[in-house]
Amino acid sequence: MKEKLQGILQAAKDQLAAAADARALDEARVKFLGKKGELTALLKGMKDVAAEERPAVGQLINDVRAEIETIIDKQKEVIEQAALAHKLKSETLDVTLPGEELVVGKKHPLNIVLDELKEIFIGLGFSIAEGPEVELDHYNFEALNIPKDHPARDTQDTFYISDNVVLRTQTSGMQVRVMEQKKPPIRIIAPGRVYRSDAVDATHSPLFHQIEGLVVDKGIRMSDLKGILELFAKKLYGEDTVVRFRPHHFPFTEPSAEMDIQCYRCHGAGCPLCKGEGWIEILGCGMVHPKVLETSGIDPEEYSGYAFGIGLERTVMGRFKIDDIRLFYENDVRFLEQF
Amino acid sequence: MKLPLSWLSDYTDISGVTPKEYDAKLTMSGSKVEEVYYLGEEIENVVVGRINEMTRHPNSDHMWICQIDVGDEVTQICTGAWNVHVGDLIPVAKHKSALPGGVKITKGKLRGEVSNGMLCSLKELQLDEHNAPYAVIKPAAILNDYVCLKDQKPSLPDELTAGYKIYGKVLCAKVLSVKTVGYSQYDLTVDFGAGETAVSTDCSNIHEGDFIAVDTAKLTVCTPDDLHAQQAEFPHCITDGIYILNEDCKPGDDICKVMGLDEYVADFEITSNRADCFSVIGLARETAATFDRPFAVKEPVVKGIGGDINEHMSVEVIDTDLCPRYTARLVKNIKIEPSPAWLRARLHACGVRPINNIVDITNYVMLEYGQPMHAFDYSCLSDGKIVVRRARNGESIQTLDGVDHDLTDKMLAICDNDKPVAVAGVMGGANSEIVDSTKTVVFESACFHGATVRVTAKALGMRTEASGRFEKGLDPSLTMPAVQRACELVELLGAGEVVDGVIDACAADLTPKTLPFEPDKMNDLLGLDLSADEQKAYLERLAFRVEDGKVVIPSFRVDIARMCDLAEEVARMYGYDKIPTTLYAGEMVQGEYTPKQMAEQAVSATCRSAGFDEAMSHSFISPKFYDMIGWAEDDPRRISTTILNPLGEDFSIMRTTVLPSMLQSLAHNHAHRNPTASLFELGMIYTPVVRDGKTDASVLPHEQKVLTLGTYGRLSFFQFKGVIEAICRELNVKDVQFVADQNNPSYHPGRCANILIGGEQVGVFGTVHPTVAARYGLSGEVLAAELPMDALFDAIDPVKLYHALPKFPASTRDIAVLVDDAVPAASMQVAIEQAAGSILESVKLFDVYKGKGIPEGKKSVAYSLSMRAADRTLTDDECDKAMKNALVALEKDFDAVLRG
Repeated sequence: MKEKLQGILQAAKDQLAAAADARALDEARVKFLGKKGELTALLKGMKDVAAEERPAVGQLINDVRAEIETIIDKQKEVIEQAALAHKLKSETLDVTLPGEELVVGKKHPLNIVLDELKEIFIGLGFSIAEGPEVELDHYNFEALNIPKDHPARDTQDTFYISDNVVLRTQTSGMQVRVMEQKKPPIRIIAPGRVYRSDAVDATHSPLFHQIEGLVVDKGIRMSDLKGILELFAKKLYGEDTVVRFRPHHFPFTEPSAEMDIQCYRCHGAGCPLCKGEGWIEILGCGMVHPKVLETSGIDPEEYSGYAFGIGLERTVMGRFKIDDIRLFYENDVRFLEQF
Repeated sequence: MKLPLSWLSDYTDISGVTPKEYDAKLTMSGSKVEEVYYLGEEIENVVVGRINEMTRHPNSDHMWICQIDVGDEVTQICTGAWNVHVGDLIPVAKHKSALPGGVKITKGKLRGEVSNGMLCSLKELQLDEHNAPYAVIKPAAILNDYVCLKDQKPSLPDELTAGYKIYGKVLCAKVLSVKTVGYSQYDLTVDFGAGETAVSTDCSNIHEGDFIAVDTAKLTVCTPDDLHAQQAEFPHCITDGIYILNEDCKPGDDICKVMGLDEYVADFEITSNRADCFSVIGLARETAATFDRPFAVKEPVVKGIGGDINEHMSVEVIDTDLCPRYTARLVKNIKIEPSPAWLRARLHACGVRPINNIVDITNYVMLEYGQPMHAFDYSCLSDGKIVVRRARNGESIQTLDGVDHDLTDKMLAICDNDKPVAVAGVMGGANSEIVDSTKTVVFESACFHGATVRVTAKALGMRTEASGRFEKGLDPSLTMPAVQRACELVELLGAGEVVDGVIDACAADLTPKTLPFEPDKMNDLLGLDLSADEQKAYLERLAFRVEDGKVVIPSFRVDIARMCDLAEEVARMYGYDKIPTTLYAGEMVQGEYTPKQMAEQAVSATCRSAGFDEAMSHSFISPKFYDMIGWAEDDPRRISTTILNPLGEDFSIMRTTVLPSMLQSLAHNHAHRNPTASLFELGMIYTPVVRDGKTDASVLPHEQKVLTLGTYGRLSFFQFKGVIEAICRELNVKDVQFVADQNNPSYHPGRCANILIGGEQVGVFGTVHPTVAARYGLSGEVLAAELPMDALFDAIDPVKLYHALPKFPASTRDIAVLVDDAVPAASMQVAIEQAAGSILESVKLFDVYKGKGIPEGKKSVAYSLSMRAADRTLTDDECDKAMKNALVALEKDFDAVLRG
């Protein structure tokens, strides 16, 4: 009996080991464990076994059965693993093939930087003001302390619509418009298009963008102007940015300054990017001229303020190393999609 | 303003300051230096040489071998120039030298003879006859240089002989000897074939053995011109040649030192408020203040020769509002000649061309003091009178540049008794110009009204050095020292004799202006804590005086009017960089975007996520662009804000639509073979106020942003429509309808819809009319949409509320009907929505079919209806009923027939 069982077990082991798929496995299970299987047959033969041996033999048969079941389970797993491995192999892709293009449009490079700038100033408590591009001479010039026939008008070749209407040459007129509408405390930036009669070439465009800034409150000092602009420069150009303030003249600020940053390519040594100067001019700024405050209905004895103006195109061209200003307005997708 | 740094030493001391340091310090104290450059930058190893010996080159008929003393040696150099003589001092570019334009000179052999360098012309040193007015070369016709021109009979025989008669009294002479007797002065001994004759000449190209033409009647040497010959007939007898020096120098001297090129020049960018810094004295004052060094201007001293100017002339200023001060002096016995080298060098370094001593003096004083001056020929002033008055309409003048100008009563003129002799502050008249024969000169040193000079100069189209200075507003105190300085220079140069007395017509108030000295206020404005004494010291460096609590403003600082102006002076002397950086705390202000700005950001984000790149285009366009997009001649949208002085027609009006700009951008991409382009622009349009059918240019146009999209090569019509719908959905804009429009001239009549929000038409989209597209060179389907941002923004429903997710299942039923082809799908949908009742959750069109199996003129339209109740599962009966109602409505409204 024992030998018989050992024989069945060995035969089952051999056949199961050879079973390569689910069907062969099932056949083997039926053959050994099924109703008409060999072990069942043995169980049926128990009646011929001596009564005192029956428990031991029964135990033996059950052990063999359990062993065969275990082997079946194991083999089943082996077969499934093999089948999975085969399936995975057959599904292998060349993952280096290109992805199918998902078209996502790009922000205009000018707006990429402008939005960054807006975020910086919003974070500093500024809001964003907007105003007309076709502007009264009054706001563009007169109220900014630039009367008619003032030589300062020379530096801004103006497009005229009529005697008293111009295409604004600077966003500075927004200072006056904002101060007329709002009482201090004022903290705004006013980005927008400005126009100057410059013929188009690689570095000149008859229209470009400026961002005006204005802060008016009690007790605003020139040191506050330096503080905010240095902070801004570091946020836009990086924490290690070095800035300098240089005296300059604008009719609508006094004292006035221009802010340079140390050339980010040569770190002040002088290179073609900074034209050998070591510094790159970034913006003009100053303390709001008391006459401008007065014109706008704000008492200069009570309030003071500062203002600044940033040229957007120049900033963006420096950032992305763009060498031709015309690219901004051609809208060639090969250009736009680079940013 | 170009400033030769050596000139500063007349007033202050910058010893020990390097040019680089000078640049940096002045820039930071407020006088922006563009660059500091060395005038002799490109010249290297060029020295003065003296010609010791000259022999003819054995292998050339026009070259000379010269032995030249260059100070430390005598060296051999070959030259092709004929204007040199033994004893001449000339610039020598030695072996391993450099000349302007990157020219390098090294030794070599010229036709077999050693040449250790090169003799230089003025041009080779990048100078011209203005730098050395004496160095004009006058060539004689050297007959042995004669070449017979092609197809002409020879004018001279092959073999020249002394005494050959050329014509009339002009004979051929052989030169026996040449002796240099003065600068460009030569005594010749010549042979006419009958003994020796002495002839003097200033022609510098004659040498022993040459044959020349001599007019025996006048005993003068003939030039090619005198012989009526063409230059080509005497190819080497030219006005170009080696520069013969007539300067105080010796062999071996550095040519840069001799020619005033050993000089650093600082080029300043002077801002319009600092007219005083458009002068050497002004910049010297800034320099001294910056380096805290002493500063002084010597008062000009004029000796005079007696007499009284008032006996010779008078000045009457009629319009004192335009001419607050007019100062004049008289100089007799003028001797017009070139200025001395030092003066020429200073003018040259400042970028001003030397002309003659009198003109040079007026320019010199203008550079030095910043006060433009003018010199009149006294003999041209009728009755010796100068009248300063507004010009009369109809008066005219020819200015020094030879141009005739009509004057108006808006312009100030300097007149004599009966006519204008100068346009005040702009340019003198040709009728009173200084010429070589001028004997007596009137020096004008006046102060004119800036704006008037500016307007006049602009109207006459002549901005001059003088007008540029006057228009900034000059200090009336300047006129006197300037005219005195001019007269001092006249005496110094020996250019004439100054008549005693000065005419000074002064209506200007010369009392110094004062401001209160408010050190605390200045500290407050700057964020500094400087003591009153410190502030006082800074101000005094810049020639302000602080006394009795007041700041006395120097007359030349016409720009100082308020405390803040003084604060800037203190700040720049203290150093902008030393002002601390603070962050003003003040009242907390929340920075934020307005709802409109946020809506624009949302629109931009949605467009980009739909694959559209953001574009920016010019706001000004050509009126022809309206033709391009098919607008009718009388379309009122053509009325645009017009630029009076545009850069050209293409930039001449402010657009009332972004569509042409968009199509132009698409066309650019198409032309550059980009297979697809999808662009959007939040672009401004400018709608003018119209009066009597025309733009009212005196008021501002209405500016509004229009979302404009354009695409080709990627999206179908309905995909594009899906983008527009997505934008509306993203903004939470509801009740959007699309109504076919067959009459929009820019769009395809069968593929264009007006966009309605809340029943009101706000925008348009569709396929661009093929004819319009073709005008832009675009082919294939081009899609565009125009949607004003304001309309979109106004329609935004800001309230977004949660709707509970359904608890009960939906039932979905489909319906397909046959209808006439012309029935709009949108109307059918509306009919279904109304008929199906409250259980209808949504209706979706899923198929439109025409063709096989469908009768001509009909279409099959299929909808999928989703039905649901919030509180129960719907029964089949309920759904059947709703479907039936929908079908009945379609049958009734559209003659629809249910498809089996």
